[in-house]
Amino acid sequence: MSSPEKNPDTGAVATEEDGRLLTVRGMKVHFPIEEGIFIKRKVGAIRAVDGIDFEIRRGKTLGLVGESGCGKSTTARAVAQLIPPDEGEVIMDGVDLTKAGKQELLKARMNIQMVFQDPYASLNPRMTAGDIIAEPLRVFVNRGLLDLSKEAIRDEVGSLMERVGLSAAFRNRYPHEFSGGQRQRIGVARALALHPKIILADEPVSALDVSIQSQILNLLTDLQDEFDLTYLFIAHDLAVIRHISDEVAVMYLGRIVEIAESDDLYKKPLHPYTEALLSAVPIPDPKVEAQRKRIILTGDVPSPDVERTGCYFYDRCPKRMDKCRSTVPRLQEVAPNHKVACFLYFEPEDQT
Amino acid sequence: MNNEPILKVRDLRTYFNTDDGVVKAVDGVSFDLHPGETLGLVGESGSGKSVTNLSVMKLIPMPPGKIMGGEALLHGDDLVKMDERAMRNIRGKKISMIFQDPMTSLNPFLRISTQMIETIRLHEGLSKSAARSKAIDMLGTVGIPKPASRIDSYPHQFSGGMRQRVMIAMALSCNPEIIIADEPTSALDVTIQAQILELLKKLSADFGTSVIMITHDLGVVAGMCDTLAVMYAGRIVERGPVDEVFSDPKHPYTQGLIKSVPRLDTAGQGRLFSIEGQPPNVIDMPECCPFHPRCQFAMDVCRTHYPTETKVDETRDVHCWLFNSEREKQEVEAR
Repeated sequence: MSSPEKNPDTGAVATEEDGRLLTVRGMKVHFPIEEGIFIKRKVGAIRAVDGIDFEIRRGKTLGLVGESGCGKSTTARAVAQLIPPDEGEVIMDGVDLTKAGKQELLKARMNIQMVFQDPYASLNPRMTAGDIIAEPLRVFVNRGLLDLSKEAIRDEVGSLMERVGLSAAFRNRYPHEFSGGQRQRIGVARALALHPKIILADEPVSALDVSIQSQILNLLTDLQDEFDLTYLFIAHDLAVIRHISDEVAVMYLGRIVEIAESDDLYKKPLHPYTEALLSAVPIPDPKVEAQRKRIILTGDVPSPDVERTGCYFYDRCPKRMDKCRSTVPRLQEVAPNHKVACFLYFEPEDQT
Repeated sequence: MNNEPILKVRDLRTYFNTDDGVVKAVDGVSFDLHPGETLGLVGESGSGKSVTNLSVMKLIPMPPGKIMGGEALLHGDDLVKMDERAMRNIRGKKISMIFQDPMTSLNPFLRISTQMIETIRLHEGLSKSAARSKAIDMLGTVGIPKPASRIDSYPHQFSGGMRQRVMIAMALSCNPEIIIADEPTSALDVTIQAQILELLKKLSADFGTSVIMITHDLGVVAGMCDTLAVMYAGRIVERGPVDEVFSDPKHPYTQGLIKSVPRLDTAGQGRLFSIEGQPPNVIDMPECCPFHPRCQFAMDVCRTHYPTETKVDETRDVHCWLFNSEREKQEVEAR
């Protein structure tokens, strides 16, 4: 990492200069494991997110991939301060959200919205589509942060529904009257209601059928162009990530092991985990499939409940070396805009 | 590949009676499965993939479900007409199933040993100790480390991938002729999915088992299957060898499906192809092509009549009016 980024005071200035909207530094989220019935004793911690750094430029999409349990969703929630991170900084538009006061955080939240995976679980079944989409607006009107009349909210909801491809005539219907794809459109409209700067999309298309998935992906792409949105896009489907992302970060056991421009990462994966992950994804073309060589990783992802002193991927790595066991590789830039945390590309002593 | 199919499904129809009307979940499905063949059954949720196979296994809850007609011939014996007693000798012995979620399909209260030994004793008539050693062998075959001690574990003591291996071991333990794998890897991570698919491929080749692979993932089909059947709204709309269907899809739905999936090996620029609209509601479906509201080539005849099966060449057939001759169309419309 270059030196100016290490200075937290320059965060705000840098944001204005190089178009960075969101900077995350050294973020850790540990969930305590407790024992005891009346007196809870902390006996350990699940290291869901164990020190990650990334930044997203305005109007761009950062894709976050990894297997289940690697900390993707926790990362998104910690960025939105739904789960306060234990350590680290989340700087959005020059404000460190981890240290922000209640009012400041409320204002910042207008600019950060989420879209969730399961459109069945993330919409209140007892609210109509119109109310669901209007809710964020009403919350901020009630707190005096927005000035909108009832009619203005109504019009806004109507135009949001039309924008995401739902007829405004459906505003009085309940979520169960919509199909999965339409429900996800409601979720997108709700996220758009406050005109946020960034949308954290947590597996937004994973629960959808293939033909519906492409509709929602196209909608997200169109909205990004129209409203100059920035996305943090989480998915486990690497093909979807490649399609939608400008930059991709690969997570393993709570850490980012590789981050690069999308094309660069898919053409030249450097980390052995990224390589294995990419080779494991089936490609819908029998001719290509017949010629592919898979790197089959042995074993399962280990539990994130122990503190590691070596590379987090050591147990499953086909290219592991002795030095990987004793030192944790940090993310380092080894090619332009291509960072990787692996001792195949630098020596432990070189770590800054 | 032998020419005589082991499983011949003809015009299978399974309907469900609901308060809102009759759901034609499977409406005239026909396919063949040859020895050693891996058949991929793809389609969106609700297209009838699972119900087709549950009908073959006679595992449809009746009522509300009912197999309305058709036949499923296993070596010439019609499973649809078979009674429950006879079916018990088919399930697990001749045809066995692997389900999507190994946590819900294994009994959480019973040790793996109990669950496996039960099946093996029932079908193979082995003694308890012989069945146990066979079960340990099978667990070893599917790559479970230290099977002799792990066999007495409970399902929750295994990870998702390991549980799916246990399921595969159970499915293969009585040397079935057919394995029906219903979304076997959809709940697993990609690296684990790759392990399981590799294992299934190897074992089905070693044991000479035919596989019906139900999946929504075209990538899995491309890597695993010999033949492919695409389902839409309870019918198979296109069928053929995997290579040919992927390189030259005939049905507009198959074409759209293949085009709308983002691919790992191509850079994503701009918009994806997308099939507009929603999958149809299969309740009280009229006699039309169910895809016509979403089809860019829809003609008048598509709105009123379901297309007849057309053989495009020897190994492929498609249900689409685009491939019927003018004469056939006129005949149907005149009727």
